[in-house]
Amino acid sequence: MKQHRPLLKRLVVISGLMFGFAFALVPLYDVFCQVTGLNGKPSMEKAKVSESVNTSQQVDVDFLTHAKEGSPFKVTTESQRLTVNIGEMNKVTFIARNLSDQDRVFQSVPSVSPGLAAQYLHKVQCFCFEQQALKANEKIEMTLLFYVDEELPIEIEEMTLSYALFDITEKI
Amino acid sequence: MDDSMHQHSESTDHHQPSGIKRWLYTTNHKDIGTLYLGFSLLMLFIGGAMAMVIRAELFQPGLQLVDPNFFNQMTTVHGLIMVFGAVMPAFVGLANWMIPLMIGAPDMALPRMNNWSFWILPFAFAILLGSLFMDGGGPNFGWTFYAPLSTTYSNDNTALFVFSVHIMGISSIMGAINVIVTIFNLRAPGMTLMKMPMFVWTWLITAFLLIAVMPVLAGTVTMVLTDKYFGTSFFNAMGGGDPVMFQHIFWFFGHPEVYIMILPAFGIVSTIVPAFSRKKLFGYHSMVYATASIAFLSFIVWAHHMFTTGMPLAAELFFMYSTMLISVPTGVKVFNWVATMWRGSLSFEVPMLFSIAFIVLFTIGGLSGLMLAITPADFQYHDTYFVVAHFHYVLVTGALFSIIAAVYYWMPKWTGNMFNIRLAKIHFWLSLISVNVLFFPMHFVGLAGMPRRIADYALQFADFNMIISLGGFAFGLSQLLFVWCVVECFRGGEKVPARVWDGAEGLEWEVASPAPYHTFSTPPEIK
Repeated sequence: MKQHRPLLKRLVVISGLMFGFAFALVPLYDVFCQVTGLNGKPSMEKAKVSESVNTSQQVDVDFLTHAKEGSPFKVTTESQRLTVNIGEMNKVTFIARNLSDQDRVFQSVPSVSPGLAAQYLHKVQCFCFEQQALKANEKIEMTLLFYVDEELPIEIEEMTLSYALFDITEKI
Repeated sequence: MDDSMHQHSESTDHHQPSGIKRWLYTTNHKDIGTLYLGFSLLMLFIGGAMAMVIRAELFQPGLQLVDPNFFNQMTTVHGLIMVFGAVMPAFVGLANWMIPLMIGAPDMALPRMNNWSFWILPFAFAILLGSLFMDGGGPNFGWTFYAPLSTTYSNDNTALFVFSVHIMGISSIMGAINVIVTIFNLRAPGMTLMKMPMFVWTWLITAFLLIAVMPVLAGTVTMVLTDKYFGTSFFNAMGGGDPVMFQHIFWFFGHPEVYIMILPAFGIVSTIVPAFSRKKLFGYHSMVYATASIAFLSFIVWAHHMFTTGMPLAAELFFMYSTMLISVPTGVKVFNWVATMWRGSLSFEVPMLFSIAFIVLFTIGGLSGLMLAITPADFQYHDTYFVVAHFHYVLVTGALFSIIAAVYYWMPKWTGNMFNIRLAKIHFWLSLISVNVLFFPMHFVGLAGMPRRIADYALQFADFNMIISLGGFAFGLSQLLFVWCVVECFRGGEKVPARVWDGAEGLEWEVASPAPYHTFSTPPEIK
């Protein structure tokens, strides 16, 4: 038994480390995706305003919203699809309604498809930056200001900006 | 069997408890190997019974026998039982029996831990199977337990699934640690690493894979547990988590896992083919390096299970090419087996028949794997019966056939009796034919678009599904012959000499048949 103890110890430590590694993968994937921009997580930070406009290149941007099952919100927009010039600032108005008889708070989480386009869509103002508090049955207008980066690869001709709405009333 | 072991025991003064206590308290590698193999056989039939339920329901389109929720529980638990209850314990059992005999060690290095790693297994599967009979039923989210199916949408018994996987994981890790310590510390003097039998080599590499990825599986199920019951958000977008990340973490375990289930099979076939070709294994060194490269590559291909999750092109290309790269070392192995048989004096005893079937049919499974690796094609094949056909070819005609071959090859050594050769040959031919009737048409319905894990299907798949089900019933029934052969062989039969097969090489054939309870108390000499 004595002769086995050093090797045994080492193997047990490796197993323990690998258990920890499973949890370390969670932040590691995030870091990896942020560095490479691979998984299409859009930035949740305010972007700077673009300086130049390129009117020769256009891209179609679609807007989708969906409230998660059981959350009493409805968010709509008049312009479901915009054809935008690269670099140009665009304003989209969303209308949010609280369908319940209680005061609720929601958070919207954006995602961009195709994933690689995410890093080129810059939001200067977005209702997703803050939690949105709505009184019972209230209806509010929310603004999205965005532009598409000049670096956008030429083969991307359309992209979709989708918002998932989560009821976070209980979590705050 | 008890008596014969006493007769041949080298140390007769050692008192042994009898009856159930002998098996509960045993620290003997041969006893524990037998326990593992028996347990695995039992699980094979429990998991097989579930497969029969699945095939009976799919015999005709529409819902006849079970409701879809129960059908989903059957597919889930069938997968879990076969992977963690049948294939893996069978390999651990073979490792327990054969590795000390092959390297000239008196026992496994850590015999008490060995006892533990077996005896926690029945509890794991009792918990898993017990959940099927509870309110709400067992796990129904597939053996891959993708979030949010296993978190948001699963039933309240998910904790039982999680704990049973924890126990299986601990058992596997302990088994793997034992194998590594045994191989590193207990080899007979003179047996250098590059003189080790292939089975020992493949198990050493498998054991390293096990301690690298089983803890990751334990971590994954723990995250599912806390997401479901304790309000964490690892895989929940509402709390900033990411459900796709579940798949990344799961397949980081899951892909090496499939090699855990096939590398020991490679070792078995590399042992049996030379014995019945009466030649040395062709390219021993390249076999070792091929095994090691497969193990290494298995860590960098996991996302090929996730091509349809919307990965960027760069990642899809990387995982496509790295996956295809695995076919190179695998091809080396198949080539070496064929080259071993080339101009050998072949004889077709039962273990050899199963090994040759393994080589041919595993290669079919490997080729469909190569098809699945092609990203654009995978968008068509993903989650269809083509995938089911692929992994059953590599796991049933691959892993399971190799285990059956190994049992037929070494069982005379374990029992001292030859099995009923006629019956075993009937078992082989029935299995060979029925397994292809069972799995080959799955390729066709899969390519035509039949989705997996669904209790019903479109009418145009009806005829093929009936054929598949008939093949399934035939294959299931054929395995009863295997049990018959095994039971008969343990009870008695024609006595065999120490060297059961004339072409077989290795230290295990130096000891008497049946193998005495204690062997190699003094290490043998290696030339």
